[in-house]
Amino acid sequence: MSTDIGVWIAAFLTLCIFSFLYKDNPFYKFAEHLFVGVSVGYGIVLTIHQGIIPFAWQPLKNSITGEAPLWRFFVTLIPVGVGFLFFSRLMPRYSWLIRYPIAILIGMGAGFAIPRAMETSIFEQMNGTLRPFGVINSLSAGEIIGAVLMLIGVVCTLTYFFFSVEHKGIVGGISKLGIIFLMIGFGSAFGNTVMGRVSLLIQRVDFLLGDWLGIVG
Amino acid sequence: MIQRFRDVGLPIGLALCWIILFSASTAWGQPAPPTHVEAVDTPNDTGNSITVRWQISPDDKAGAGVDGKMNVVGYHILRSDDPAGPFQLLQEVAGGITEFRDDDGMAGSPAYYYRVRAVDGAGETADSETVGPVKATSEWFHTGKVYILIAVLLYSAILVYCIYHARRGREFFVRRIAGLEAVDEAIGRATEMGRPILYTLGLGGISNIATIASLNILGEVAKRTAEYETPLRVPCYDPIVMNVVREVVRSSYSDAGRPDAYSEDNVFFITDSQFAYAAAVDGIMIREKPAAIFYQGHFYAESLILAETGNSVGAIQIAGTDSDAQLPFFITACDYTLIGEELFAASAYLSREPLIMGSLKGQDYGKALVLAALLVGTVLEIFGVHWVSTFFQAAS
Repeated sequence: MSTDIGVWIAAFLTLCIFSFLYKDNPFYKFAEHLFVGVSVGYGIVLTIHQGIIPFAWQPLKNSITGEAPLWRFFVTLIPVGVGFLFFSRLMPRYSWLIRYPIAILIGMGAGFAIPRAMETSIFEQMNGTLRPFGVINSLSAGEIIGAVLMLIGVVCTLTYFFFSVEHKGIVGGISKLGIIFLMIGFGSAFGNTVMGRVSLLIQRVDFLLGDWLGIVG
Repeated sequence: MIQRFRDVGLPIGLALCWIILFSASTAWGQPAPPTHVEAVDTPNDTGNSITVRWQISPDDKAGAGVDGKMNVVGYHILRSDDPAGPFQLLQEVAGGITEFRDDDGMAGSPAYYYRVRAVDGAGETADSETVGPVKATSEWFHTGKVYILIAVLLYSAILVYCIYHARRGREFFVRRIAGLEAVDEAIGRATEMGRPILYTLGLGGISNIATIASLNILGEVAKRTAEYETPLRVPCYDPIVMNVVREVVRSSYSDAGRPDAYSEDNVFFITDSQFAYAAAVDGIMIREKPAAIFYQGHFYAESLILAETGNSVGAIQIAGTDSDAQLPFFITACDYTLIGEELFAASAYLSREPLIMGSLKGQDYGKALVLAALLVGTVLEIFGVHWVSTFFQAAS
């Protein structure tokens, strides 16, 4: 059995969380609130050290002390000022100002995400689907079947996601095939992830029986 | 009979001595330096690196088929801001490598000069010629993304066209989406049971497309809950998302004519730690026993923990996510699941606003274009014409 107090605390909290499997109880509530409290505290410290200090405080300070040009002070003030608008929510009279940083964030986020989605979800997938057909003569029978199945899967699944067309007749048939392809994909992903979760459980049980109780080596 | 005797001992001896001396000189001397060294500002970056390239030394072990001693085991990348030196060692790389990206302190740095030093197994070295000066600069435009730009512009043009026609009163059809048909049922059930509705937007930040789509759905759900006076609880993972959620819910309550029913306390931040968030939301589910739970947004491994707990309290659950790894869990544990793009179509489906319906139609045209490109591209590829694949390859 472990003599390390840290291991005992970790084991106790693990059991507290596991007790939720029976029902909600004071031990689970204690662990839950501790977990949330610690994570929020840690998050605040992280935000200060990885956000406020390097991106706001340090550039402003460097500009004032002459380590960086003065124009950087004003350039840094722009995002800092926009960030401060989030606090306008605390003053009901000026709470409408919060819409500006929100609009900037959503606009920037969409602008950042759309080209990336276009690249990874369309261009790379299209390239991967088409490429085998360019070298079809050098492929084995199995690889050709794989490439054709991939093409059929993409066409059928894409058809399923047409929303402005009624899914009847040919379109209905193709989209039904599409949903079958989707479910096969989800089934394999499910099995794969369950295996991952089981290994996480094994790791926790190993900690309890090995590191804490010392029953298994 | 006169026999002629020719003494060949001397020439053979000389030849042997020459071979030994030559071997000794090549075995113990300096290795050959790398050739064709060049240093260039890394293209399409933010000015944070310089790329150094070279051809391996003829004596490089990795240079199979190249005549040489094969004893060069690595290279040293040397850098200086003065062509005369002194040059400082920047990085050691293994033999066979022909490129190095220098991203060490490039912000506001001067122009640099580089040398590549071949190092053999005995520690002997040979420097390449000095190359430079090169200064790291940032580019305004990523030339490798031109095709992406073309595609985005084309897609945007289609969207604008559809929205324009929608604004002029053209009606668009939207097929039935089972998960969204159940939204009213879920809200009605919660109202009848007198229990709250729980809505979670997952772990995505405000820049996540799934979060933005989820906000649109939340707006519609909030309108209905305001009409029915059903409490709507929204625990948030991200403080910025929480602020946006408050704005969305507040404006929905106002649109529904019930601004007085809006309570800011019902939209609250929990934590930005994944499993602490999951533990807290589980606790809320068990204690408040919501009649309906919506999981709309981007989720990770906490999806099954949440959905199983929601299932255990008997709530009607409607999930929607673009996280394909989590979809199987939602499909298993929830009553209805919006798969991938159904989440993005949901706001148009729920609101039936012409503007959003127009954009949905535009999305379908975009998908039709992709489908056509795929089918045409496949036929062309089989016949040895690679235009379509080259277009997509160039961009990816």
